[in-house]
Amino acid sequence: MTENSIDRDIPEPYASVFGLYKGQFARIHDYRRAQTRVHPRRPGESKLVDSIHEAIVKTGLESGMTISFHHHFREGDYVMNLVMEEIDKMGIKDLTIAPSSIANVHEPLINLIEKGVVTGITASGLRDKLGAAVSHGIMDKPVVIRSHGGRARAMASGDIHIDVAFIGAPSCDAYGNINGTSGKATCGSLGYARMDARYADQVVAITDSLVPYPNTPVSIPQTDVDYVVRVDAIGNPEGIAKGATRLTKNPKELLIAEYAAKVIAATDYFKNGFSFQTGTGGASLAVTRFLRPMMEEHGLKAGFALGGITNTMVEMMEAGQVDKILDVQDFDHPSALSLARNDNHYEIDAEMYASPLSKGSVVNQLDVAILSALEVDTGFNVNVLTGSDGVIRGASGGHSDTAAACRMSMIVAPLVRGRIPTVVDRVTTVVTPGDSVDVVVTEYGVAVNPRREDLNTMLDGLDVPRLDINQLRDKAYAITGTPDPIRFKDRTVALVEYRDGSLIDAVHEV
Amino acid sequence: MDRLRRTMMFVPGSNAAMLRDCTLYGADSIMFDLEDAVSLKEKDSARMLVYSALKSFDYGDVEKVVRINALDAGGDQDVRAMVLAGIDVIRLPKTETSQDIRDVDAVITHTEREHDIPLGRTRMMAAVESAAGVLNSREIAHASPRMMAIALGAEDYVTSQKTYRSPDGSELFFARNFILHAAREAGIAAIDTVFSDIDDEEGLIRETKAIKQLGFDGKSVINPRQIPVIDSIFAPTRKQITKAMGIVAGLKEAEERGSGVVAVNGQMVDKPVVERARYTLALAKAAGMKVES
Amino acid sequence: MNITHPASAGSLESSDIIVTLKPARQGIRIDLESSVKEQFGAQIEKLISQTLEELGIDAAEVQAQDQGALDCTIKARTLVAAYRAADREDYDWEGINSWIG
Repeated sequence: MTENSIDRDIPEPYASVFGLYKGQFARIHDYRRAQTRVHPRRPGESKLVDSIHEAIVKTGLESGMTISFHHHFREGDYVMNLVMEEIDKMGIKDLTIAPSSIANVHEPLINLIEKGVVTGITASGLRDKLGAAVSHGIMDKPVVIRSHGGRARAMASGDIHIDVAFIGAPSCDAYGNINGTSGKATCGSLGYARMDARYADQVVAITDSLVPYPNTPVSIPQTDVDYVVRVDAIGNPEGIAKGATRLTKNPKELLIAEYAAKVIAATDYFKNGFSFQTGTGGASLAVTRFLRPMMEEHGLKAGFALGGITNTMVEMMEAGQVDKILDVQDFDHPSALSLARNDNHYEIDAEMYASPLSKGSVVNQLDVAILSALEVDTGFNVNVLTGSDGVIRGASGGHSDTAAACRMSMIVAPLVRGRIPTVVDRVTTVVTPGDSVDVVVTEYGVAVNPRREDLNTMLDGLDVPRLDINQLRDKAYAITGTPDPIRFKDRTVALVEYRDGSLIDAVHEV
Repeated sequence: MDRLRRTMMFVPGSNAAMLRDCTLYGADSIMFDLEDAVSLKEKDSARMLVYSALKSFDYGDVEKVVRINALDAGGDQDVRAMVLAGIDVIRLPKTETSQDIRDVDAVITHTEREHDIPLGRTRMMAAVESAAGVLNSREIAHASPRMMAIALGAEDYVTSQKTYRSPDGSELFFARNFILHAAREAGIAAIDTVFSDIDDEEGLIRETKAIKQLGFDGKSVINPRQIPVIDSIFAPTRKQITKAMGIVAGLKEAEERGSGVVAVNGQMVDKPVVERARYTLALAKAAGMKVES
Repeated sequence: MNITHPASAGSLESSDIIVTLKPARQGIRIDLESSVKEQFGAQIEKLISQTLEELGIDAAEVQAQDQGALDCTIKARTLVAAYRAADREDYDWEGINSWIG
């Protein structure tokens, strides 16, 4: 057991293999991009195959390899389950899966883990039942949690090598040109999938909308695709917008959002051409609702909005309040449609979005990131991965990427959820280090990281209650009582990679 | 004017989550409801829940009001529990006569006396919700020294009048004016009824402007999002604030001179105008506006 | 106070708890179901026991379905379940007021 620079115990051998977290920018170094195998095509050769089965056979997929999927269909994804079912039938075992994230809909994975078909997982996060199963020790090898930028970095640097990527393609021609803006299950941006297309040895496009050549606009080009399979359905469009992106009417979330908007408007960043990103979650999404009239009042326009894109950002762009949208993923159908319709709505891949080891990612240009949290501690460390019971139920997402790189990162969260305090002495799991977090906004008031004395000054005279983070914790504990520590077992069930590849925390069996 | 009562937010007594969160939204008064919001078979549990919440949460400066049931329908226990828990105001719904108030007053007095609570600490307000209640509101307003406000409960009232609520509120014109007169004569506050369509912000603005113009102190609120809307209508204008500051300065000057006569710019100012100026400044402060003194 | 028949109080709403009391020969046995059992289970069970003790109940089978209720809610639900289970409507407010807080 070794401690990293934020006092988190990292077990061996993982500490030695991955390296210990030593600070936000401690591991930025030169490197060579990873190489991939290319199987060239001669004139006259076809990429079209009859079935997922045939595609798997042609790729030569065998036990012990690594495969990947994208999560652009979110809760509406059919592709991972379809492919994994076929793989299971074919008797292939001991696979590592490296999807960009995993949703509730992928619960059948539990069975495949039990059968030894899947023995390794790396992803942004795990939800409900799979998260619980992993936390209860279903896997021998720990799951590796990577942020979106961290995954892009891991692919570019060769830390993850993908043998076969299976890419759900909303529309595709027979030669492998893919986009996410037309077809039956449009998801808009394919920002995460574009990484898999570029860095996997072999790429199988799976589509339910086979269109005449050439399919334009081209999001993933034919030069990256090996095989094309047509199936009946790749996803349920309604599932794409499910969950994370509702517009809230909850008065507490609205109050938090209003406080957050007031904080933003009081800073020096709130000027013409500023940029912002909102996370998912009621309060985070609602911030724009209060920001819009403030922008109007000051005659301000945002230069760009980044990230997971929602309809609110599209509305702002179409109303002339945002110049451009840089889109790695769409959280609802109207945003996917906007990507097709609006020239200033631009698709970017995960590396350009957030990789710490790219030649500069968009998060480095970002002014304000509005982020959610399951827990924040008095050192401003944030947990978005494990519940208060220690069970994995969330995802790292772009949290640590945007928080580290932007000029002001804001956590918006209720101080207490039911009886669960959000501001605590020590978060269950660190995903984003306190050095990256500037402001915490709750319904009881706002706490600024003491590291940001400049921000403190900017917020002088703000008509929002101001507290320090210890006072917020005290208020939370006064309501809920002081929580007893969770009892974990010794076994490590997940490793939390920081975006640079070092280990920032480990999750243990419950 | 002892305090501002721009907004009185209703909180169902059976809703555990709201009992804690209700002070977050800046309501001047919180009204815990043991009456209409609670089903008959849960009267006991709601009473205990509100009692327990009052005993454990710090509600700060907010005025704590509880709407009790009729005395013969559990109201007797409501009063005893709430007075013990330190409630600020007992609100009697469906008040018809001054005797209704005196009956509740007697239970409060009994409880205060039994437990060495300063007599008169617990105050009262009446909601009138019928023709009889409205017409008797003069006597009701005077029925007890505990009385601090009278409120209109419009839903039952319009039904008893064989009409229904309309956007222009003409059906409430008489009741509102009459209650307001009764309140002003007795020197207590007048609180307007709820605006029930929480998604109709324009309607809320229209109605609040109208009742403010009539002279009401504030309005009942059923959703926290209505609070900032109402507060902004009750916020005085810059011009009103400047004028009020002049008057209060004149008062100070008069006091320093030892004179009972307040004058501003050579003009004599009556006592009610001074009171009004103080109220304006209180509203301005509550609205977060700058008031130099 | 004696528990004469099963009774419960509370709801399944968020931040609430349903406390069900059943007659028992001796001792307090608590079966708690809670999403926050890891961190607050011991505190919740202690609170229920103490509340019953204050009422002079020394035998009961308790089932509690918790949705993240705070202490004041747990106390209130336990109290009402006890009064209902004892068929008593004459709350001893004075007595309760002497220890609750």
